[in-house]
Amino acid sequence: MIPMEYYLVVSTIMMFVGVYGFLTRRNLLAMLISVELILNSVDINFVVFNRFLFPGQLEGFFFSLFAIGISAAETAVAIAIIINIYRNIRNIQVKNLDKMKW
Amino acid sequence: MDMEIDFSGVLTCMHTEISLVAVIVVAFLYDLFAGKRGREIFHPFMCILMLLFIAANIVPFPNEDGELFGGMYLYKPVYGIIKSILAIGTLIVFLQSGSWLRREDTSFKRGEYYVLTLSTLLGMYFMISAGHFLMFFIGMELATVPMACLVALDKYRHNSAEAGAKFILSALFSSGLMLYGISFFYGTAGTLYFSDMAARIDGNALQIMSMVFFFAGLGFKISLVPFHLWTADTYQGAPTNVTSYLSVISKGAAAFTLMVVLVKVFGNMVAQWQLMLYIVIILSITVANLFAIRQKDLKRFLAFSSISQAGYIMLAVISGTPYGMTSLIFYVLIYMVANLAAFGVISTVEQHSGGKVGMDDYNGLYRTNPKLAVTMTLALFSLAGIPPFAGFFSKFFIFASAFEEGFHVLVFIALINTVISLYYYLLVVKAMFITPNDSPIATFRSDCGTRISLVLCLAGVIVLGLVSSVFDGISLFSFGL
Repeated sequence: MIPMEYYLVVSTIMMFVGVYGFLTRRNLLAMLISVELILNSVDINFVVFNRFLFPGQLEGFFFSLFAIGISAAETAVAIAIIINIYRNIRNIQVKNLDKMKW
Repeated sequence: MDMEIDFSGVLTCMHTEISLVAVIVVAFLYDLFAGKRGREIFHPFMCILMLLFIAANIVPFPNEDGELFGGMYLYKPVYGIIKSILAIGTLIVFLQSGSWLRREDTSFKRGEYYVLTLSTLLGMYFMISAGHFLMFFIGMELATVPMACLVALDKYRHNSAEAGAKFILSALFSSGLMLYGISFFYGTAGTLYFSDMAARIDGNALQIMSMVFFFAGLGFKISLVPFHLWTADTYQGAPTNVTSYLSVISKGAAAFTLMVVLVKVFGNMVAQWQLMLYIVIILSITVANLFAIRQKDLKRFLAFSSISQAGYIMLAVISGTPYGMTSLIFYVLIYMVANLAAFGVISTVEQHSGGKVGMDDYNGLYRTNPKLAVTMTLALFSLAGIPPFAGFFSKFFIFASAFEEGFHVLVFIALINTVISLYYYLLVVKAMFITPNDSPIATFRSDCGTRISLVLCLAGVIVLGLVSSVFDGISLFSFGL
């Protein structure tokens, strides 16, 4: 069986790729995708910990199921808002979201 | 593991949540089926419904601890107190939003406004009562996702959509960070129940890292300083009534929950989180105060003011004692009435002057609308902490709770910042009373709901601090910490 560390390396890379993407991407949809990477890395973590460290439980599995469902709801709302922005200014680049500053 | 779940407690312990769900369902059905005449009285109907809801739940009942679903949901009398306070705040926000909701471009989404607002309130209730990180997470998201819809409710105004995008992306990012922290707690502790986790947390390196992630996630929600960047834009862009809800109710609930979780679950890591809070408090209070000075938009100004107020609330959290818990609840109550009074004035002026929210627009307001100007002044005095208004007493208790635990330097820095905050609160007062203006905002008469809410808030600002039984009453319950 593949050892647990391998999974954790994958999830950690996903997490920090997501953080990097969130901070550097200049397109709202790309930022949203980066955030999804973070949330998915969390799901991997929960499942891996549950499977390898506490095989008798189901807590981690359930947590990741709920996390998937809730992140889908959040994404739906986020995309709705992004579409609304597109309708208003025909653009979803972050540099155009500067109506309010300091 | 064989677990027996006793459902008999559902009605006794969860009655607040169940009745709130009933209110949401009634609001939804009313919106769906009401005729043209029914829609006209939708707003008073909802206010009365909220009043009934508060009347049914204001006394914490039953007066003993309870738990449901194998410890996932906890009931304590002190939770009942904070839930009642949040419900009263929601009622005040509803009262103030009457004239905004009657506007032509919003009147057709009244129903959404009530249902979404009450859904966030339900989420906060579950977050407060959580006994398991899953419940905590679901409650928090139930409070966050509808909030993003509320922020973006003014669909055709670009600022509102922009604020909504900034809010939902920061919220997603912060809950991602928080979940990442929780996942490592699960890996190291093997459970997510608050009661079981407390014993299995020993402060090893991995847990310190996850604590930082967890705290960063919640710090976003409370908008403490390194994580505050979304706050000003969201507060400015959101509809004013939503801003007031966001700045008081959701902040109060998150601060309360943070204290409960830190004290109950992370009691073994007290040295680590006190250090973290120590830095964050100094940053929040100082940076937010310095930025507040240069603001020209009143909503943005109150955004920075609310960041620094969140820093003060954290002074109660850092003490970690039942006395700190009492002063936190008291502070949230006083901050709620004062801040809602200020936002009520801003909202009604905005509605009657064609959207004026700049500080310069308020020049000479005292000449044309003296009552509103005085209300605003008293609210700002209370926020600044000038005696004899309630804000002075709530700040005093907060400082006392942190001082007792030995944070002398921290309290001193907070005191200096109170003086700085006095300066910028008085800038608004100066604009209203002293600065001359040839074309001040014309005299107008606010609608009935706004007037009731402002009288309620003013009564709170003046009376709550002087009636010592309020603080004593809360302290009777906060042993439940």
